[in-house]
Amino acid sequence: MSWAGPDTGLTGPGAETGRRLDARRLLLLLGWIIILVSGVRWITSAPDLTSSGTYGAALRLAVPILLAALGGLYAERTGVTNIGLEGMMILGTWFGAWGGWQFGAWWGVVLGILGGTAGALVHAVATVSFGVNQIVSGVAINILAAGVARFLSVVAFTGAGGGATQSPQVSSDLPRITVPILAGGGLFGWDSPDVLGSLERKQWFLISDVSAMFRGLMVDLSILTVITLLLVPITYFFLWRTRLGLRMRSAGENPWAAESLGVRVYTMKYIGVLISGALSGLAGAFLVIETAGIYREGQTGGRGFIGLAAMIFGNWRPSGALAASGLFGYTDALNLRSADAVHALVLFVAIALVGLGAWYLYRRRLVGGIVALTLGVITFIWFVLTDSVPRQFIFITPYVATLIVLAVASQRLRMPTYDGITFRKGSQIS
Amino acid sequence: MRKRWQIRLLWLLVPISAIVLAIVVSSLVLLSIDASPVDAFRSMYEYGTQGNSLASTVNRAVPLFIAGLAVAIGFKMNLFNIGVEGQYRIATLMAAAAGAAVTLPAPFHIAFIMLVGMVTGAAWASIAAVLKVKRGVHEVVSTIMLNSIATGLGAYLLSNYLRKPAVGSELLIATPQIPHSGQLGPLTTIGGEDVRSFVLIAILLGVFVYVLIWRTRFGYDLRASGINPDAARVSGVDPNKMIMRTMLLSGAIAGLIGMSDLFGFFHAYTLDLPTGIGFDGIAVALVGLNHPIGIAIAALVFGWVDRAAQILDLEGIPKEVIIITKGVIIFSVVIAYEIVRRVVLSQEVKTAAEETRKLEQAEEETVAA
Repeated sequence: MSWAGPDTGLTGPGAETGRRLDARRLLLLLGWIIILVSGVRWITSAPDLTSSGTYGAALRLAVPILLAALGGLYAERTGVTNIGLEGMMILGTWFGAWGGWQFGAWWGVVLGILGGTAGALVHAVATVSFGVNQIVSGVAINILAAGVARFLSVVAFTGAGGGATQSPQVSSDLPRITVPILAGGGLFGWDSPDVLGSLERKQWFLISDVSAMFRGLMVDLSILTVITLLLVPITYFFLWRTRLGLRMRSAGENPWAAESLGVRVYTMKYIGVLISGALSGLAGAFLVIETAGIYREGQTGGRGFIGLAAMIFGNWRPSGALAASGLFGYTDALNLRSADAVHALVLFVAIALVGLGAWYLYRRRLVGGIVALTLGVITFIWFVLTDSVPRQFIFITPYVATLIVLAVASQRLRMPTYDGITFRKGSQIS
Repeated sequence: MRKRWQIRLLWLLVPISAIVLAIVVSSLVLLSIDASPVDAFRSMYEYGTQGNSLASTVNRAVPLFIAGLAVAIGFKMNLFNIGVEGQYRIATLMAAAAGAAVTLPAPFHIAFIMLVGMVTGAAWASIAAVLKVKRGVHEVVSTIMLNSIATGLGAYLLSNYLRKPAVGSELLIATPQIPHSGQLGPLTTIGGEDVRSFVLIAILLGVFVYVLIWRTRFGYDLRASGINPDAARVSGVDPNKMIMRTMLLSGAIAGLIGMSDLFGFFHAYTLDLPTGIGFDGIAVALVGLNHPIGIAIAALVFGWVDRAAQILDLEGIPKEVIIITKGVIIFSVVIAYEIVRRVVLSQEVKTAAEETRKLEQAEEETVAA
C-alpha cells in the first residue's frame, strides 16, 4: 500500500495535519449521538434501540472485531499489511475449541492465542525474512488456515462428539463479572440493588438511555471482554509511550531511517506480526468459548476483514479501532435483537445527515451541504415508506461505511508511511 | 556471464521445488496421522488417471484458469485485484437471471449471457478502480470490502427479486432455469463424465490474454507500468487510464469464471455453485507465474489434485490433507520466486557492469591508438 510519499517523517499522535478529532471533540460528538439516539428511541418507541441488552450484545459482538483491529494495528504500525487476520482468527477458533474441549476454557484461550501466533509466524517468515509480497502471503494464509482447520477437525473431532465441521462442546466456562450496586451484581453473597436497571425501566428520555448504556457495559461481562477493553489503553501506551513501541512504529514509518539509527527493523516487524496473530487468535478463542461454546466451520464469518475495516476506519489508532468496532458491533446487535430497532436506526441516519448538511451550509460548504441534505431527505423518505430493513443491508454496513470513509476522508486518514512495502536489510530507499 | 537458457532453467526450479516440497510436507502430515503416503499417492494416481477423472479435472480447471487470468492481468501491473471473488459471484448471479429472462437463438443467447457476466464483473471492478483513481483508495482494501458487499447484495437480490417463485414446499433458493438455447452441451464424454464445452472458450480467452499482454501496445504499456511505473509515466503512459482499463478488463474476465458451471451443469444460479474460486485464482496465478501457459498448467494441477483426492476418504484418509498440500505449494512458489528473482537481478546487475567495463576498455584503447 504505497500511496503515501516518503516526505512524512516519524510523527507522534498529535502531528497529523489538518483538523483532527481530539478527545474533547470526540466526547462532544458522542454526547450529541446519544441525545439523538434517545430522541429517536422516544419517537419511534423501539426500546431495543437503547436497551441495556442491545448494548451488552453490541459489546460481545464488538470484542472479536476489536481484537482483530488491534491485531492489524500492531502489524501495520510496523509496516506489515496483514490480510491474513481472518486466517489467523480461524486458527484461533480451532485451537481454542480443541484446547477448551480437552483441558478447559483457560487452556482454550492459551491455545487459541498460540494457534493465531503460529499463523502469524508463517506470515512473518514469508514477508519479513524472505520479502514475499505481503498481500500474497496474507491471501495464502487465509486459504491455508481454512484447510488446516478442516483437516485437523476431521482428524481430531470425528467420532469424538464432533465432525469435519464442528467440535465437541468446550468443557468449562470463564468467570463472568457483573458490577455490584450499579448493575445488580453480587457482593460477598449480598444481592446488591440494580440502580441503573431501575432507571432504565422508567423509559425516561435520555436518563434511561444513558443508564441502559452504562448498565449494558457492566452486566455479565466475560473476563475476556474486560481484558480486551483494557488492551486499548495498553496498546496506546505501549506503541506511543514506550521505547520499544517507538522503535516498532519507526519500522513502519521509515525502516531505512530506523535501520540507520540501529533499530533492528526485522525484529520489530516480527514482534508486530506475532502480536497481531496472538490477538487474532484470541479473537477466535473468544468466538468459540464465549459466543458459541463450540468450533463451527465458517464461524469467523469475515470478522477478520471487518477488523481490518475497523482499523482503517479508526485511522490506524487504538481509540479509533475501539469506536469503529463499537459501531459495527452495535449495528450487528440491533440486527440480532429487533427489526424495529434497525428500522428506527434509519431515522437516526436521516436526522444525522440533515444535521450534517445544515452544519455544512452554516460553514458555507455548499456542495457538501446540499449532498448531505439530499441524502438525508432520501433516507427519511425511505424510512417513511418502509417498515423494515433487509438483513443483508446490515451485514454490509461495516464494509460500506469503511468504503465511504475511505472515499470521503482519505486525506484525513494517515496510515504508517511505509506500510505494506517490503524492506530489505541494507537496501536503498525504494 | 550466464546464458538465457540458464536463467530460464532457474525459473523452472520455482514450480519444481514447490511441488517437491509440497509432496514432502504432505507425506509428513500423512505420517503424523499414521497413514502411508506411498499408498495415498498410489491410490490418488490410480483414481486420478481414470477417464472420468481426467474429464472432471478439465471441468474443475476451467474456472480456476479463468480466475487465474483475471488475477494475473492485474498482477502484471502490480494491481492486486483481490476482488475477483466478489466480481464473479455477482456477475454469475446477474448473468443467470438475465439469461433466464430472455429467449434468443442459441449462439446469441450464450453470447448475451456471457456479455451480461462480463459487463457486471467489469462494473463491480470499476468501483474499486474509480476509488483508486479519484480518491487514492488502495485496491486491496476496497476490493476486500467489495467482496463482502457483493455477498450481501447478491443474497439480497436473489432472495427478493431474482429468485424463482417457490413451487409448493420447495425451499431451493435459485434463479429460474435458463432455457435450452442458453445451455451448452458437452464437448465429449470420457468414461461417463462430460467434458464441458466452455473449455474451448477458455482456451480462446487464454490466447487472447497472451496476445493482448505480450503482443500489443496496450500490453506493453501494462507490463511497463508494472515493472517501473515512473519510467512508464515519463514515457507517456497515463497511470490512471491504465488502472481503469486493467481493472475493468480483469473484472470482465472474472465475470466469465462461473460460466462453465452455469452453461454446462447448473443452468441457474444456486447456492450450490462453487465459491472461493476468486481466491484460488490468486493462488493459480502465482503458481503459474502470471503467464497463460503457466496458469493453465497450475489450474490443471490444482483441478487434478482436487479430483484425485476424492478417493482418499475411501482409504480412510481425510481428503482435506490436499488443502494443506495446496497451501504449501503456494508458499513455496512465492518464496522460491522471490529468491530466484533476486538471484537473477543481481546477475543482471553484474552482467551490465561487466559490459560497461568492456565498453570503457575498448574506448580507452581507441583513444590510445
